[in-house]
Amino acid sequence: MSERAERQDRRLAGRSPGQLAWLRLRRDRTALVSGAVLTLFVLVACGASLIELAYGIDPRDQFQGKLDGSGMPLGYAGGISTEHFFGLEPGLGRDIFIRLVHGLRWSLVIALAAAVLTAVIGVVLGTLAGYLGGWLDAVVSWITDLTLAMPFLVVALALTPTVTLRFYGQRDAVPPAFGIAVLIAIFAVFGWTSTARLVRGQVIALREREFVEAARASGAGLGHMLFRQLLPNIWAPILVSFSLAVPQFITGEAALSFIGVGLGEEIPSFGRMIYQSLEYLQTDPAFVFFPGVTIFALVFAFNLFGDALRDALDPKSVR
Amino acid sequence: MARFLLRRALSAVLTLFAVSVLTFLMFFALPRDPVSGMCPKNCDPERLERVRQELGLRDPLVTQYAGYLKGIVTGRDLGGAQGGRCDAPCLGWSYVNNEAVTDTLARVLPVTLSIVIPAAILWLLLGVGLGLVSALRRGTWLDRAAIGFSLAGASFQLYFVGAVLLLVFVYTLRWLPVPAYTPLSTDPWRWASGLVLAWVSLAFLFSAIYARLFRAQLLETLSEDFVRTARAKGLPRSRVYGRHALRAAITPVVTVAGLDVGAALGGTVITETTFGIQGLGRTAVEAVRDGDLPTIMATVLVAAVFVVLANLLVDLLYAVIDPRVRFG
Repeated sequence: MSERAERQDRRLAGRSPGQLAWLRLRRDRTALVSGAVLTLFVLVACGASLIELAYGIDPRDQFQGKLDGSGMPLGYAGGISTEHFFGLEPGLGRDIFIRLVHGLRWSLVIALAAAVLTAVIGVVLGTLAGYLGGWLDAVVSWITDLTLAMPFLVVALALTPTVTLRFYGQRDAVPPAFGIAVLIAIFAVFGWTSTARLVRGQVIALREREFVEAARASGAGLGHMLFRQLLPNIWAPILVSFSLAVPQFITGEAALSFIGVGLGEEIPSFGRMIYQSLEYLQTDPAFVFFPGVTIFALVFAFNLFGDALRDALDPKSVR
Repeated sequence: MARFLLRRALSAVLTLFAVSVLTFLMFFALPRDPVSGMCPKNCDPERLERVRQELGLRDPLVTQYAGYLKGIVTGRDLGGAQGGRCDAPCLGWSYVNNEAVTDTLARVLPVTLSIVIPAAILWLLLGVGLGLVSALRRGTWLDRAAIGFSLAGASFQLYFVGAVLLLVFVYTLRWLPVPAYTPLSTDPWRWASGLVLAWVSLAFLFSAIYARLFRAQLLETLSEDFVRTARAKGLPRSRVYGRHALRAAITPVVTVAGLDVGAALGGTVITETTFGIQGLGRTAVEAVRDGDLPTIMATVLVAAVFVVLANLLVDLLYAVIDPRVRFG
């Protein structure tokens, strides 16, 4: 074979849709930058304990000596220094940087866990409902419509303390892990319907296609139909909806903590920090600035990446 | 058309009924003792028992629910300590506020409406306008700027945007008063100046979604055959874009707008907390903090009513915009 023919041969090598999407994603500058930022965020979250060790400050440490008489941090822009990268909280004098690092960790843990749960429940129920139809489809569609009618934030706001009170008394100390579990559960209960709706629609579109009919005719079981025939054809929209669900849950957790029903005081959280900082808006704007910008950067990176992922997986779309 | 309307209205009523059952179960069956949170700290067992009696918590759940539903439809007699007779949409008595829940709602609803309705008009105009501009000028710097703006807007948190606006316009420049609610009928100028920051921050966040949605939808529609046909027939661009394409591309925007406006009316919790305005959302937060069950239930229910009503309205608008819906 001549060299030229060989080159042509290589160029015509078959690529799976997944490989093509990966290639497109790697060529996309937005995807690269947002992906890098996300990786950084995840690394910081995973290495929170290591960072704490290197930084030498515990999120609960109070530096009262570095506050002035009225509880305001001394120095420039909320007490930024080489010791305290993002300054100190007014009042308690805790270090903002290390609290943000820990807040990032819990925010990501909750959002990822909730997104995985919603994806699993939504995909299973969505494919079953779409493929089998009948009463299961009716029930799933009805629940989906019903959850759409329940205003999420208000319900979550009302439900979190109620669920907590079911297991713990008024004055019992609620362990932080329980609070996290309740949040994840509430996100999962209210979040799976949108994935289910998406998957159901996709499966219904595929259900009557020839390859599905062929598989059914050759006697494939339900499991084979769902996992070998249908799912491989709809993983792209599932992946996109997953990547866009994560920032939604990050925002949701922050919003719930902001109105005071999310995580307890012992776990640092973006929302709670911002809520506390609003009181110091006039006197110490830096305290509002750092948590606000951090959560914006996190959500922005996720949104950009999700968008780029959609472009890569669906080149026809004009979005 | 009439049949379509009837079917939609019926399904809306059914959804509301299901929501009311669900919220009832959530707040009366789930807690170990619904009263324990309802009584302030210094609550003696005797009073606790009386509250329990008055709320009918000793009755089976079905009876309790039937009483609640009856209160909403025809009104009911509450005990003497609860202000006696409670008229038609009776949502119970709040022991914390010491008034009928409907009175609380009547006080806070106008506030939430004043926040959401102007904000919704603003965000729809801004969103659709941006989407239109960027779709018609696709690929130019204008398009990129509009999309960048909308992506950033979709990632901002309301409390952060609100805080920045407060800091700049209220505390630093002092152009605006500290946000507060004044009834529109009392003083339209103070009504607007007290709420304008809330409108602007809501509009900034929400218009982002609409700009992207509308741009994508419009681009998709413009590439369709009927648009080319219309152009080929010799119709002017303005007519093709303005009538043919716009009408087809606006439907998804209407759907999302319905959901958003409904949800926003149900609780602009974050907005009201950020700007310190006492509306429905703030009331819900306080009710949760005080364990004021009747108020919590009422806020969830009212929020659901808004979502369902907004959806119903969207269906009607659909039928107006898109003739296929009416006959389909």
